[in-house]
Amino acid sequence: MSAHARPAAFPTNWTSRIAWIGLALYAVYATSILELTFARFVTGLDNGGKFLARMFPPNMQADKLELITSGIMESLQIAVLATFFGILLSLPLGLMAARNLSPGWLAWSSRGLIAVLRSFHPVIVSILFVKAVGFGALAGILALIVSTMGFVSKLFAEVVEEMNPKQVEAVRATGANFWNVLAMAVFPQVMARFIGLSVYQFDSNIRNSTMVGIVGGGGIGAPLFTAYQRFDYDVVLTILIIIIAIIMVAELVSGRIRRVFQ
Amino acid sequence: MTGAGNSALLSIRHLRKEYRPGQPVLKDISLDIDARGLTAIIGPSGTGKSTLIRCINRLVDPTAGEMLFEGRDLAKLAGAELRAARRRIGMVFQEYNLVERLSVIENVLTGRLGYVPAWRAFLRKFPAADVARAFDLIDAVGLDESFATRRADKLSGGQRQRVGIARALMQAPALILADEPTSSLDPKTSVEIMELMAKMGAERGVPIIVNIHNVELARRYASRIIGMTGGEVVYDGPPEGLADAHLKHIYGGEEFL
Repeated sequence: MSAHARPAAFPTNWTSRIAWIGLALYAVYATSILELTFARFVTGLDNGGKFLARMFPPNMQADKLELITSGIMESLQIAVLATFFGILLSLPLGLMAARNLSPGWLAWSSRGLIAVLRSFHPVIVSILFVKAVGFGALAGILALIVSTMGFVSKLFAEVVEEMNPKQVEAVRATGANFWNVLAMAVFPQVMARFIGLSVYQFDSNIRNSTMVGIVGGGGIGAPLFTAYQRFDYDVVLTILIIIIAIIMVAELVSGRIRRVFQ
Repeated sequence: MTGAGNSALLSIRHLRKEYRPGQPVLKDISLDIDARGLTAIIGPSGTGKSTLIRCINRLVDPTAGEMLFEGRDLAKLAGAELRAARRRIGMVFQEYNLVERLSVIENVLTGRLGYVPAWRAFLRKFPAADVARAFDLIDAVGLDESFATRRADKLSGGQRQRVGIARALMQAPALILADEPTSSLDPKTSVEIMELMAKMGAERGVPIIVNIHNVELARRYASRIIGMTGGEVVYDGPPEGLADAHLKHIYGGEEFL
């Protein structure tokens, strides 16, 4: 035995222990309040089974397919346009929000704007835009531009803040002005990650573009919602299969694009 | 050139730097740097060598004092005037500080960014004369043309430092600053890099100020040695004059001799 007591190698972190216990207690409490019972869950499974049974076989009638195709096409257009304009606007916004490039007032006001853009779910933003510009794809595009800017510019600002300052310092030391430093020291370090973020957001925009239509923002959402309400579950299934196929293709393509820019 | 009988390229007068008020890292430094030769600054870590070098091109802002360079006080410059002065001062860094994801020739061409408008930099439409000179410099620092399009992060330390030197020379500078250019390199490569810097400086008539830990390298390549300790210059003279007593004073102790 050594003469003096050594400090514990792994001291107890009481803050985190209390936080975990608190979380567990709250989960139990909330479950009891919301009357989540196992019996209801079992009944639900049964209903779900009936619902699934009524979906088969998927509806492949020509007139339905035509309707679905035009809806899907509109959704894709919403996704592409919203991604394009969204990332175009995110580039300057993200740079302005980066505290290592922008003066304090600009960085903080940009961060404030980003926080506002991120506050609402795309569906809620769509409702606002449908009220503002009327039913149709424009409302959906504007709503998804907002969510694209919220996501891409926030994470892009963080990427810019994590870049290697030494490389920037060296370029600045040559007498380069701000724009030249941006071109040859900042962009080379951050563009690959920016493209990665944009591709990821394109993925989510495709998913979200199928949803903005539910509140009138254009795309496949409206036909999907109508089919649900009219109990045309076979049409619902057709739409779901197509959406799943598109998202899988988008996943593959975005993976490829990301790898190219590594 | 500066006024009345002062032929120095760079005149530092009463330079003082405090990162925290009341704790000067540099205490009243005054030095004249001639328009030729390699000046080595030696001294223990944390004695202000890097700060001194970084004050000259204002990567660090001095607290007080002046630095006359080509008729202007570097300490007072800002904005476009500061950038114009920086174009005339090349810098070589300990960790090379290349833009890792750019190619060798792109890194060398960043040495022209003080002269090239941003649209040209964005589109990589550098003037043909600059591109030709960049190739020449890549060759001159001992890398062949096949390196030009390789990415900087694929190079070894010695190769990177050669690119760093080419970048500094690309500025056609009146002065080159080198902050511990060999400290991240193995002994053999360190000698090669010092050899290259001394040769390039002599051939092109560019004076070099180099911070260096290695006293032997300093002795071998410098025409003038400045010994610093505790933020002050305690030796300033030719390498032959640097005696063990000076080193004892500079580094405090003699165990290392």
